[in-house]
Amino acid sequence: MSKGTLFDKVWDLHTVGTLPSGQTQLFIGLHLIHEVTSPQAFAMLRERGLKVMFPERTVATVDHIVPTTNQARPFVDSLAEEMMQALEQNCKDNGIRFYNIGSGNQGIVHVIAPEQGLTQPGMTIACGDSHTSTHGAFGAIAFGIGTSQVRDVLASQTLALSKLKVRKVEVNGTLPTGVYAKDVILHIIRKLGVTGGVGFAYEYAGTTFEQMSMEERMTVCNMAIEGGARCGYINPDAVTFEYLKGRDFAPKGAEWDQAVAWWQSIRSDADAEYDDVVVFDAAEIPPTVTWGITPGQGIAVDQQVPTPEELPEKERSIAEEAYRYMDLQPGKPIKGTKVDVCFIGSCTNGRISDLREAAKIAQGRQVAAGIKAFVVPGSERVKQEAEAEGLHEIFKAAGFEWREPGCSMCLAMNPDKLEGRQISASSSNRNFKGRQGSASGRTLLMSPAMVAAAAIAGEVTDVRELL
Amino acid sequence: MSQVKAVVGRGIPLVGNDIDTDRIIPARFLRCVTFDGLGAQVFADDRSQSQGQHPFDQPQYQGAELLVVNRNFGCGSSREHAPQAIAKWGIKALVGESFAEIFFGNCVAMGIPCVTAAPADVHMLQTWLADNPQFPITLDLEALQVRFGNQAITVSIGEGSRNMFLSGTWDACGQLVAQAALIQETAARLPYIAWSKTA
Ligand code: SF4
Repeated sequence: MSKGTLFDKVWDLHTVGTLPSGQTQLFIGLHLIHEVTSPQAFAMLRERGLKVMFPERTVATVDHIVPTTNQARPFVDSLAEEMMQALEQNCKDNGIRFYNIGSGNQGIVHVIAPEQGLTQPGMTIACGDSHTSTHGAFGAIAFGIGTSQVRDVLASQTLALSKLKVRKVEVNGTLPTGVYAKDVILHIIRKLGVTGGVGFAYEYAGTTFEQMSMEERMTVCNMAIEGGARCGYINPDAVTFEYLKGRDFAPKGAEWDQAVAWWQSIRSDADAEYDDVVVFDAAEIPPTVTWGITPGQGIAVDQQVPTPEELPEKERSIAEEAYRYMDLQPGKPIKGTKVDVCFIGSCTNGRISDLREAAKIAQGRQVAAGIKAFVVPGSERVKQEAEAEGLHEIFKAAGFEWREPGCSMCLAMNPDKLEGRQISASSSNRNFKGRQGSASGRTLLMSPAMVAAAAIAGEVTDVRELL
Repeated sequence: MSQVKAVVGRGIPLVGNDIDTDRIIPARFLRCVTFDGLGAQVFADDRSQSQGQHPFDQPQYQGAELLVVNRNFGCGSSREHAPQAIAKWGIKALVGESFAEIFFGNCVAMGIPCVTAAPADVHMLQTWLADNPQFPITLDLEALQVRFGNQAITVSIGEGSRNMFLSGTWDACGQLVAQAALIQETAARLPYIAWSKTA
């Protein structure tokens, strides 16, 4: 049993009591909602005649279904329009703050909450979306929940949960050139497996994470869930406080000093006890690409697609399925794999620093003939910032499309989709079969810089050759 | 609220590891404001690709109520649409080698037990079901067994979740709301509550 970790401290502070089932009733400090997983929850609330207990602790935005080209209302897709109206109405009826399109604050829920300073250290955060783990970058305990649990949070601001174990995932050292936060998390998932984190909260610790910016930390925590861990976090430090200072919802004046002292106090103790510890060396992490149909099926960009013999017994059947689905040959290099679509965006890699890294690669170069390449900023603020820096001009000059913010082709609930067997280089987080909108479409996950490199070359390329 | 002590019905085997929520219910079907209608769309893409050979389409498994799966079932997104689609198709319980955590939690909140068993036992049960699709099987949450034909395998489920099914308290909402005073007390001792109001 873990002791003295940030997870333990935050858990204890938020414990309301123990339920008859033995589970903990945990208070949720910040609840984020969006159009996909909330309408049914509000309906359940109405059925039971319940009210939202703490409307001031829920924030809403719209991200999954929004078109990234024509955002005029009503949306062309009448189903999307219906979801949009349901969210608008539910927020209005219950007094919930809603960041709508055009408000200047709309965007992917996991991008907007941090950029507005809503996400803070020591909070418990829940959202009907598995990538809520992103917010752990601030030293919050943040996890995805299902719709019935969204109902529970709306009704009571609490959840019934069983405590997780804590694994410290330590990475030390400086990342080699051309290796990004995305590579770090893809590497961790590759090594610990997609189910390795089940039952655990991951504490990402070590000098590599300490040296990372907040946005890089968010990329890492975002994909905790792809490794099976429901939440991942990094202890708050000077980098965290620096990022938060002055943001809309960050404490001000005397409260700021109070807050910093409290945030310091909830860091894991030096002598904290963990249920498990694993250690990696940053120097050994390569630019990583997935070749298969789970985020754990990753290799270094200069490696070959593994042969069944190279894989542990229990990974072989899913590998066989992946060779067939992806139409990739075991033993062949991944580099040089032709791509059709290049997507830069998502809550994993749709922030300003991601766009900057991708723009560095795109600058003065041209997207290869026949490739569809597009950039979708994570939020309206990210878009505005990128345009102020002229990044959109760099992308457009290189042949990328520059879009409106949203989830877009991360999961293709909006009009952005792969077609047929198209293969995409994607900065998103999931390469499941059919994930990007075509039942036979294929996805290669990689860092945004690697996606930009793939767009230029028309095939999977080692970004280090373009730096 | 209803107690769930046992689920009796015919079984349907679905072989494969890491079956994710995008496969259970592809994202385009999430464009809805109610869960009604998801039953017809469960495994839509897998089913259309296997042209009638997917277990959910095979005649011998129609009306089955216990789904038997392998490792890491339900991984991926938090969408409750996935277990809702499975439930609306008619499934009342799942037996598998392992389940993704959010999927498992969603199932509990819906009153659908997911129990795990040793891989060899799951394989044996899946094989048996392929040969005997017409016979009902029993998931017994009190005895922690699945019984089929004249055989039985041991299954497990977290003690807390098991209690919730046995005592009929799997729908936590009422219990949570009932603690309003304690909830306010907890909120009052959290330093950030004062400075981070959003509305
Ligand atoms: S960007 Fe992708 S992973 Fe993130 S919230 Fe949107 S759909 Fe989910």
